[in-house]
Amino acid sequence: MAKITTKNLNLWYGTFHALKNINSGIEANRITAIIGPSGCGKSTLLRVFNRMNDLIDGVRTNGEVLIDGMNILNGSKDLVTLRKKVGMVFQRPNPFPLSIYENIVFGEKIHGERIRRDKLDEIVKESLESVLLWDELKDKLDKPALSLSLEQKQRLCIARLIAVKPDILLMDEPCSTLDPQATARIEELMRELKDNYTIIIVTHNMQQAARVSDNTGFMLLGELVEFGKTENIFTAPSDKRTEDYITGRYG
Amino acid sequence: MKNPHITQNIAFFFLFLATLLIVVPVGFIVFVIIQKGLPAIDWQFLSDIPRHGMRAGGIFPAIVGTVYLVTGTIIFALPIGLLAAIYLSEYSKENLLMRLIKLAIVNLAGVPSVVYGLFGLALFVIFFKFGASILSGSLTLGIMILPIIITTSREALESVPYSFREVSLSLGASKWQTIRNIVLPNAVPGILTGTILGLGRAAGETAPILFTVAAFYLPQLPSSIFDQAMALPYHLYVISTQVPNVDEKIRYGTAFVLLALVLIMNLVAIIIRYKFRKRKKW
Repeated sequence: MAKITTKNLNLWYGTFHALKNINSGIEANRITAIIGPSGCGKSTLLRVFNRMNDLIDGVRTNGEVLIDGMNILNGSKDLVTLRKKVGMVFQRPNPFPLSIYENIVFGEKIHGERIRRDKLDEIVKESLESVLLWDELKDKLDKPALSLSLEQKQRLCIARLIAVKPDILLMDEPCSTLDPQATARIEELMRELKDNYTIIIVTHNMQQAARVSDNTGFMLLGELVEFGKTENIFTAPSDKRTEDYITGRYG
Repeated sequence: MKNPHITQNIAFFFLFLATLLIVVPVGFIVFVIIQKGLPAIDWQFLSDIPRHGMRAGGIFPAIVGTVYLVTGTIIFALPIGLLAAIYLSEYSKENLLMRLIKLAIVNLAGVPSVVYGLFGLALFVIFFKFGASILSGSLTLGIMILPIIITTSREALESVPYSFREVSLSLGASKWQTIRNIVLPNAVPGILTGTILGLGRAAGETAPILFTVAAFYLPQLPSSIFDQAMALPYHLYVISTQVPNVDEKIRYGTAFVLLALVLIMNLVAIIIRYKFRKRKKW
């Protein structure tokens, strides 16, 4: 069974119909890329999965989004539990203006009861190890997170997220502010993380989608035009519009 | 066509003149007060009660009274102002009622202080029967500086980047956890600056305390919040206009102490803001 299933998902911003009848099945422990031109609704779709669209006034949705078989669109669904399970990495690296250590334990402090210091230390070590930052940063954990490089900041944001122990990582153009080398290293990290997490990445960069993802969805004007194995989408797209996009005819 | 350089020079001249018109009188006032007031300052002046019909002795009760009033004001105004600011910036939805409330707050800042004095007299002194007391005076001053605290706190809260809130929420924090752990700590310097500026104003105002707390002359210090107290601005008014033959040195000395108190508070606000700007990196 798919990890995330959307059934006839529709979303409106006021009167603007931003997502139209989205049907998809996102597999566990795979990287799923969502591509498409600006304004096609790919970020909106991503933000449905952790209900971040709720922050915007005038958003309405209908249809179903099942995560592990539970419909998350029910108004009563506990958002705290959902967002612990479905974490998000943003376009701009956005660590809090706190120390590296405090950034990582933020989630634990929010969710945990009274936690012992050595338990927190362990969480910090594990999280930083999983984003391959531990060796670089282990001696400066009390330094301000804002003093790190862009790539380190983005890794730190991923570590901060991993510390909350989510199942699903939503990545909203996580490399768009990074240089090509840093991008390659973050992609490498994503490949390592997919053993333990289901990853959905929204990207402008078609090469990135081709390099890193197992499955790809192509969106256009709020519709999910095509969804399937990445190699099929890029070598033998079944829809004319997908072909036009990946061959660079627009976008 | 006119020569643009000449027009520019004329404009510069008037702009400079306007600046000068502000700076010179302020500098002159401060200079005169320091020059005439500083010689009056000694330990006895600061620690003794007024003697011989306020023509000799010190101003200790007035200093203490002002400190009490400022303390009472902050205890009352900071929590209410801060909570209102949090509500307005984080929770309220944009609608007609909210626009009216925001407009009202802005307008409250422009109400003359003597009106606050009368309001305090009617509400706290007479209606609530607190009498002329430190309590009434602090509440009146508190209401007067509420708009300052609310406006500056709101600005401080709203200047915390949206992305911080977004991340915090996306990590599963509730709205209140986000405000408490992320928004408030980053807004504290701005809130403190606004509060101190408001308190500086509260310390220097005469009209609001005139009917609500200020005593013409008290030989002893107030012993509870229901006592009247002397206060620096009112004491200055009294010895300058109500008591004949007060030595000029005492009057300027009192003015100097009041001015120093307010300037020190503003200086603290400036230092906090400066440190914050240096630390801020987003």
